[in-house]
Amino acid sequence: MTNFYVNGKAVEVNVDPSTPLLWVLRESLGLTGTKFGCGMALCGACTVHLDGKAIRSCVAPLSRAEGKHVTTIEGLSNDLSHPLQKAWIEVDVPQCGYCQSGQIMSAAVLLKENPKPTDRDIDEAMGGNICRCGTYSRIRRAIHRAAELSTAGRPR
Amino acid sequence: MSASAVVGRREFLKTGAAAGGGLLVSWYLPVSGAGASAAETGVNQVALNAFVRIGTDDSVTVISSHSEMGQGVYTSLPMLLNEELEVEWSRIRVEAAPVDKVYNHPVFGMQMTGGSTTSPAEWERYRKMGALARTMLVAAAAQKWNVDAASCSVEKGVVLHRATGKRATYGSLANAAAQLTPPPEVKLKDAKSFTLIGKPTRRLDTPSKTNGSAQFGLDVSLPGMLTAVVARPPVFGGKVVKFDASEALKVPGVKAVEQVESGVAVIAERFWPAKLGRDKLVVEWDLGPNAEISTEQMLRDFAEQAKSLGAIAKKTGDAESALKTAAKTITAEYDVPYLAHAMMEPLNCVVDLRADSCEIWTGTQFETVDRANAAQVAGLPPEKVQIHTTLLGGGFGRRANPASDFVREAVHVAKVAKAPVKVVWTREDDLKGGWYRPMWHDRFAAGLDANGDPVAWTHTIVGQSITQGTLFEGFMIKNGVDGTSVEGAADILYSIPNLQVDLHSPKNGVPVQWWRSVGHSHTGFSVEAFLDEVAHAGGKDPYELRRKLLANQPRMLGVLELAAQKANWGSKLPPGVGRGIAGHFSFDSYVAQVVEASVAKDGDVRVHRVVCAVDCGTVINPDTVKAQMEGGIIFGLTAALKTEITLKNGRVEQSNFHDYPMLRIFESPKIEVYIVPSEANPTGVGEPGVPPVAPALTNAIFAATGKRIRRLPIRISDLAENAGAKS
Repeated sequence: MTNFYVNGKAVEVNVDPSTPLLWVLRESLGLTGTKFGCGMALCGACTVHLDGKAIRSCVAPLSRAEGKHVTTIEGLSNDLSHPLQKAWIEVDVPQCGYCQSGQIMSAAVLLKENPKPTDRDIDEAMGGNICRCGTYSRIRRAIHRAAELSTAGRPR
Repeated sequence: MSASAVVGRREFLKTGAAAGGGLLVSWYLPVSGAGASAAETGVNQVALNAFVRIGTDDSVTVISSHSEMGQGVYTSLPMLLNEELEVEWSRIRVEAAPVDKVYNHPVFGMQMTGGSTTSPAEWERYRKMGALARTMLVAAAAQKWNVDAASCSVEKGVVLHRATGKRATYGSLANAAAQLTPPPEVKLKDAKSFTLIGKPTRRLDTPSKTNGSAQFGLDVSLPGMLTAVVARPPVFGGKVVKFDASEALKVPGVKAVEQVESGVAVIAERFWPAKLGRDKLVVEWDLGPNAEISTEQMLRDFAEQAKSLGAIAKKTGDAESALKTAAKTITAEYDVPYLAHAMMEPLNCVVDLRADSCEIWTGTQFETVDRANAAQVAGLPPEKVQIHTTLLGGGFGRRANPASDFVREAVHVAKVAKAPVKVVWTREDDLKGGWYRPMWHDRFAAGLDANGDPVAWTHTIVGQSITQGTLFEGFMIKNGVDGTSVEGAADILYSIPNLQVDLHSPKNGVPVQWWRSVGHSHTGFSVEAFLDEVAHAGGKDPYELRRKLLANQPRMLGVLELAAQKANWGSKLPPGVGRGIAGHFSFDSYVAQVVEASVAKDGDVRVHRVVCAVDCGTVINPDTVKAQMEGGIIFGLTAALKTEITLKNGRVEQSNFHDYPMLRIFESPKIEVYIVPSEANPTGVGEPGVPPVAPALTNAIFAATGKRIRRLPIRISDLAENAGAKS
């Protein structure tokens, strides 16, 4: 039995603790926003937050989550109000959309650590996330836009 | 699929869909399509035709007969329909069509998405469906108010009668409208009156793609569903001799291990035990006839074959004689590898097979073909098979498989699973699974006159046919020439008086298929790179030579000049940076691109900027056109710089993104897209951005380094300082 928190809620899962967290989220907890792309931490589609840090859930065993807080794309906001979601919609980033959960979750950690990233900062932080549709220039634009929206919404 | 290769397609669009009212459009309702969600929502959804339902709450559901794989049709088709229906954009929802002949592609006569044809083919039908629905809503209002329909108008989903001040929302009229007979003919707006078409419009699917709610095939779950992975032969065409499942069956959660047509299926409660079970499975394979094939050998064989004349695809003048009398001749050989589609969502398919029905959930581009294949495997008539098309996590042609490989297999697995089952392909399964863009060898010779202008051009192409042996063979292959093999080569727009293009179509055991931009993905590269060689051999600026040869091609000339102007062609660049240009006509659209690139001392290529100009006729959603050009450029750069599928001893050597790498954000250039305004009918957008970027890049590398790249992907070893100029 593994106990941890997903998007703020306590969960208890009875699955082999060596199972990658990705499949526990998707199949045991029904949170299918986190995607399977490679199974080898090469594409970033499975990116979630573990205690606030971006991890590739396809290679993280469930045991690693014991007692910790996991945030998935579903937990980013419940009403599309996160600045990254707003910016993603404003810039119309996604094409097929399959990689975008992972892109947004990686970008969320970037913005938390660096509220005003440069193009170079973005390129470095987002280098682990592949987009086969080639939305990279819009991802850059949207992260800059989200940074603006976050700053604007912050008390001065 | 390559639309431009289909004989007569352009003729059809000219005389049929584009002729204004000439196209026969079915509007009847498929049984399975009407009012599907009424029970769940409590809102009555009234179908006014097969393509639109009006909710009594004033919501509007547009039924998309084409699959959404990122190319934006879930937005562009509703835009077309709503141009005539005229409701508020925020009221519109979109839903995938069930499989029914009413949803057949107006040109291809089957339900499918491909060939960059959705907007061109649906340009009239979706507007007409919107107009039919609006006309019926107006008629219902007029009847209710006892006024002349002609005295009513519509505005944002409301019918108005100004003289009396009466007004009624579409939702309140829907039930009455549905009782009326649709008018036999409707008049569509002319382009000047468009209020939606041509305006940048937010995609309807974006919100769901930013909060994890978008449902792809892999996300489908059914009560009692099992998950399977399949062990497939390590060599194409291999067969199971025997297998030992004893260890696999010991994995907790594994329910069964069964032989199926394509290999051995490990069926489990969930994905992970299925995968662990497969790791423990021992299979003895009969490798079959392809156990020795290697791409290295093929490369040599193709080059050898190119020395003889193949089937003639195009002959203008007498190129061989003109080569002999030319003032100067040059020759070159180009090679491109097999390529996998590598959609981010690996293949998958959910099947619920019952005694008298079969339901399938998958992201497919090929509903009609898949249904026929699934029915055959299930032993059911096709009408007992229904396909629920989910969102596609990328398609690029792979999900339009003529053999329905991933669907057929899943039905086979469902037969032995005896429960609803989801077959999941791992990334390794997907990359090694075949159906690649073929490997191609191109051999050129050009003859130049005393002025340095090309007067003769011969082009011999060697590569597998993608349509041979499929149901498309009959109309794609003419006189031994598969149109998809020579598109972009046999129909070049440059005026060269003596031109000859011929084709060899060797057979081997590697399954091949259409891959974003199809034949153009290799001809765009080889033709535009060799033309650059011709320009340099003749002492001409490559842009100016293209202009001269395109004097009679105003639309191609238009994009070429626009791209060159926006890129400031001829201006000085920083030291080490080179500029290259290429243009290509595909899927009836014209695209030109200018690339700025540099090469580091170790041979590493850096792409700084891509300027793209496109003429795709009337633009429906400019933002989508831009997005597709941006995406096409990244897709083309990945092929130019990164990827190849190679085989050795019959085995595919690549397995995942470490050895089949994608372009990443830190490698992606600044991209600018410019659209040429046009009132011509819409033409393709999803694919035409791909072909010009590889040659524009290699031409830029030549400008920067003097080194001519003639094989893709570009290898650092071909460009490192000690590699030497190869021009």
